[in-house]
Amino acid sequence: MNDGLKKEQILGIIEKKNGEKEQILSILMEIQKESGKNYVDKEWARIVADELGIPLTKVYDVLTFYAMFSTEPRGKYVIEVCNSAPCHVVNGSAVVQMFEEELGIKMGETTADGLFTLQYVPCFGACDIGPAVKIGEKVYGNLTKEKVTELLNSYREVSTCQK
Amino acid sequence: MSKVMPLISANCGKIRPDSVEEYINVGGFEGLKKALKMEPTQIIDEIKNAKLLGRGGAAYPVGSKWQQLYNIEESPKYIVCNADEGEPGTFKDKLLLEKDPLRIIEGMIIAGYVFNSQDGYIYIRGEYEAIQKGFQSAIDNAVENGYLGNNILGTDYCYNLHIMTGAGAYVCGENSALLNSIEGKAGRPRVKPPHLAEVGLFGMPTLVNNVESFANISTIISIGAEKYLSYGTPESGGTKLVCLSGQVVNPGVYEVPFGVTLRDIIYDSELGGGIKDGKNLKFFHLGGQSGPCGSLSQLDTTYCYKALRANGLNVGSGAVVVMDESVCVIDYLKYVTEFFIHESCGKCTPCREGNKQLYAILDKFTKGEATSGDYILLKRISDVMAKASFCGLGQAAATAFNTCLKNFRSEFDAHLRGKCPAGVCFTKQERGE
Ligand SMILES: Cc1cc2nc3c(=O)[nH]c(=O)nc-3n(C[C@H](O)[C@H](O)[C@H](O)COP(=O)(O)O)c2cc1C
Ligand code: SF4
Ligand code: FES
Repeated sequence: MNDGLKKEQILGIIEKKNGEKEQILSILMEIQKESGKNYVDKEWARIVADELGIPLTKVYDVLTFYAMFSTEPRGKYVIEVCNSAPCHVVNGSAVVQMFEEELGIKMGETTADGLFTLQYVPCFGACDIGPAVKIGEKVYGNLTKEKVTELLNSYREVSTCQK
Repeated sequence: MSKVMPLISANCGKIRPDSVEEYINVGGFEGLKKALKMEPTQIIDEIKNAKLLGRGGAAYPVGSKWQQLYNIEESPKYIVCNADEGEPGTFKDKLLLEKDPLRIIEGMIIAGYVFNSQDGYIYIRGEYEAIQKGFQSAIDNAVENGYLGNNILGTDYCYNLHIMTGAGAYVCGENSALLNSIEGKAGRPRVKPPHLAEVGLFGMPTLVNNVESFANISTIISIGAEKYLSYGTPESGGTKLVCLSGQVVNPGVYEVPFGVTLRDIIYDSELGGGIKDGKNLKFFHLGGQSGPCGSLSQLDTTYCYKALRANGLNVGSGAVVVMDESVCVIDYLKYVTEFFIHESCGKCTPCREGNKQLYAILDKFTKGEATSGDYILLKRISDVMAKASFCGLGQAAATAFNTCLKNFRSEFDAHLRGKCPAGVCFTKQERGE
């Protein structure tokens, strides 16, 4: 079993959306966010299926279709690096290297402390400040080596304060 | 004459986005008040006369779309706003969603009134999570002030708006896929016909329009079609939000009247301001990744639907991505194609496999392994994709490639001879360094 979410929390999220089938995306997004590990566990997907009265396979159809969902645990912070063409032409690839060096992991991997996952995503509408990354709801643009270091340190600090 | 014309973006940054009071102070809800005194058919006629073309990319006349839905008797009818904005290089809907949500809401209320709808939905991409919250707050305030909910402005008209979230799927911007996604399903496109005006959301007649399209509605009603049309060219009404990105001095969103030139957009000091670091322009990519790429010789084309189309270009979403001479056209196309590989929903073969094959051959070019026979293969693959794909994604995925091959054939040929003119491809060794 997982340590992330309790059944009551999931029921609470579903209840907030009035248990409506149409709200499945929103429900799963919230579960993922609350999980602390940016994923939706199979157990939780089963609860969603039962509560909404739909087959588990349908929940998985949704989970696997939409790119923002993960069915495997990820870092507490997922660093989403834009790899669409408009960011690429303004030095996007260099930014990937900066993160890889600073974190000591490769694209797609999670740091050993479980804090960061590095991931490619398509354009999220920050092309005017490319190269850009997104962490949770926050978007950071015009990235340089200094900014990347600063950014990661700020997340590391927040995380130690919370411990 | 100024090359920028803030009409629908006039409030952006000037008012608190979710404040009904501040919105009214700058003339907000004037369009709605006027509309509530008009017959629905008069409203539709006004939009037709304004020659508003859909701003989501396909440029379908908004007035005609409304007329078709109006002619259908079945009810309830649903209003849907497409805020999935996923075209790389496009971030203009984001500006409106973030900075002037009440304008979008006003457009959606007018649409609701025309079709006597009880419910409207706005589907906002999951990546715009923070914006969804601000938008909800604008909806709540509109309800509180009597612009939404029961008995709107003292009439007996009742209408509610709901925000639905995406979760990272570009194809959900395709309107039938969008409806599937709102229904809580995987967002794969539907077979058409039946058209969404007949069988749409939850099987009922439905209107789907883009954010910028809805944002234009209240302006058209309040200033009138004639005035609105006068801002643009005779057949492209009004203004367009363009999104400048890439190697341009002033990236960002700008509202321009139709009729400026591409050169204005890229070089004018009020707009793009020219190419970064004193370099030279090489090519530009219009309307999103599914749009055409243009070359220097097309710079003086007028930015309007007709002239662009006549020159093999198009407005599309309004994206203008600018590339300088350091960019390799083929390397660029690889990134474009990678996007479509990632976003193909996999439902049909021409798109699912075609994009992969296109990428594989482009990759050969960038490694100096391509042969002249690859041109024949590329043509066949891109033709099949355009003609046999199930939805617009696959049909348009090779557009950038086709226009680049036409405009930059010599660059492809150079790669065949083992040379990348921009110096991006091949290893240092192969370049003889
Ligand atoms: C693959 C694909 C993606 C699309 N993405 C969007 C989008 O993000 N936003 C949008 O408004 N229209 C998008 N469209 C166009 C819509 O299908 C539809 O034409 C549009 O929402 C209609 O609104 P309009 O007439 O006001 O432009 C997309 C179309 C395709 C084929
Ligand atoms: S063209 Fe086919 S595979 Fe591609 S997105 Fe559309 S339906 Fe899916
Ligand atoms: S291309 Fe990177 S955010 Fe749009």
